Amino acid sequence: MKPNLYLLFALLVLGLAGASLTIPLHALPELFAADPELAWIVVAELRLPRAMLALVYGAVLGASGAAIQALFANPLASPDITGATGGAAFGAVIAAYMLGFASPFGIALGGVAGAAIALALLLMLAGPRAETATLLLAGIAISAIAGAGTALALALAPSPFAFYDAYAWLMGSLVDRSLPQLAFAAIPALAAIAYFARCAPALDRLALGEDVAEAMGYDIVTLRRTVIIATAIGVGAAVSVCGAVGFIGLVGPVIARRLTAGHPGRAILPAALIGAALLLAADIAVRFAPPDRSVPIGVLTAIIGAPFFLWLVARMRWSVRP
Amino acid sequence: MSARLVAKGVAIPNRLAPCDLAFDAGTVTMLVGPNGAGKTSLLHALAGLSGSTGSLVVDGERLAAMSPARRVRHIAFLGASREVRWPLKALDFIALGVPGDTGSGRVDAVLRSLDAKELAERRLDHLSTGERSRVMIARALAPQASALLLDEPCANLDPKWQLTILARLRAEADAGAAVIVSIHDLELARQHGDRVIAIDAGRIAADGPPEETLSEERVAAIFGVAREGERWVRV
Repeated sequence: MKPNLYLLFALLVLGLAGASLTIPLHALPELFAADPELAWIVVAELRLPRAMLALVYGAVLGASGAAIQALFANPLASPDITGATGGAAFGAVIAAYMLGFASPFGIALGGVAGAAIALALLLMLAGPRAETATLLLAGIAISAIAGAGTALALALAPSPFAFYDAYAWLMGSLVDRSLPQLAFAAIPALAAIAYFARCAPALDRLALGEDVAEAMGYDIVTLRRTVIIATAIGVGAAVSVCGAVGFIGLVGPVIARRLTAGHPGRAILPAALIGAALLLAADIAVRFAPPDRSVPIGVLTAIIGAPFFLWLVARMRWSVRP
Repeated sequence: MSARLVAKGVAIPNRLAPCDLAFDAGTVTMLVGPNGAGKTSLLHALAGLSGSTGSLVVDGERLAAMSPARRVRHIAFLGASREVRWPLKALDFIALGVPGDTGSGRVDAVLRSLDAKELAERRLDHLSTGERSRVMIARALAPQASALLLDEPCANLDPKWQLTILARLRAEADAGAAVIVSIHDLELARQHGDRVIAIDAGRIAADGPPEETLSEERVAAIFGVAREGERWVRV
């Protein structure tokens, strides 16, 4: 991808982050006039974490989607479709409601463990070079187990409000998160993205075939393990804070590869920028819900992302390979 | 003559018994053997792929200690698969095989040398299997490595292209490379190899000049076929 295109995307992300801080616009000037101190608190402690969360969560979904698509040599692999997101939600719910961890750290740990188990299971079920059908079926099965496990854990949870609490969280929400929560999502996410970017040359070489990449001196066995672990850490921690947000990790990399002439590894950073832009935009869009209602952000990304997924499947079905 | 590639005790558990081999500069070595005998395993072991054991020295240097950017100058590997993993352009695919290379014209040169200039801008998944084979061979040749390990480069090619590729590999050997190629066609192996290694049931059954390795008794013993006048028959 050309440098000026990176600049354009970076500016887009910054612009959306700025918009995220100021929208809804009309409320802020009034508040600054009436109580400047409170207005600053609203911006710094409510809107800033929200914008930053959208940015890092979108970015880690995009980057990890690109990385695992490159790893499985399949454009349909993404954190949500492989069951990693569902596993993370399950792990976080177990940590929060069954084991009684109240701290963001404990819940993040649960999310990471859940995502790691889901991805390990996927690798075991579908194998390293999964056919599309096997990959999707294994992902569906893992998501179903994780979903049922989550519902069961919430039903059996000691707290009678578990279902209600968890609904707002697991459907994907960036509202009212604290700065420590932001840190627990952002630090693992940024570390994972940095690691994926470092793996980009090796992931690109995987396009030549696993044996060829290995003969060129890339340690593919280790690469597979570490990319899965980095995905679990980045996505698992973010899900534990913001809930499950689907399809960004699928759409971002597919658009990014159009800009990198199909190179799967080189698409990682563009996919991160596109993922960040998409989630920021979605988070701004949900603010236009009717005043007394709130739309979970995960619902919005699914409404837009699922038809895209269908289009991708149809295109794979109709062409030799996408 | 100097040894380009020296393999000591290379093996793959359950598939290839330990073997010591050395390959000289300027030679073309043909690997022959029945299906499943271990030709691909031997090539994997010589490339040091995961699952193989033993020590490999290329141009006097340990292969395992080389970084990817250095390794491609010493060893090139073409796997048996012609499957397309990502829909890249032929040009980009070949360029991926030459890390650290920016605009040296190698990619163009190798495409031209294989009469594949017109494939450069086309996507791999839009090519025929034969065209794809040519692009993948070009990818292996582009870094001008000192040892070439090619798994069935002649598979999927028409007779003219088989000869073109074999001539191209001979040119690589003349330029100083050690070329190691697995091949099913015993006639081509006899005519184009300086040395033929026959593999049977995971071990080296014969290693020597073509006329020795591919003598009538050996071919009958290893492949279960014999020449009867102009025809090959089962024995």
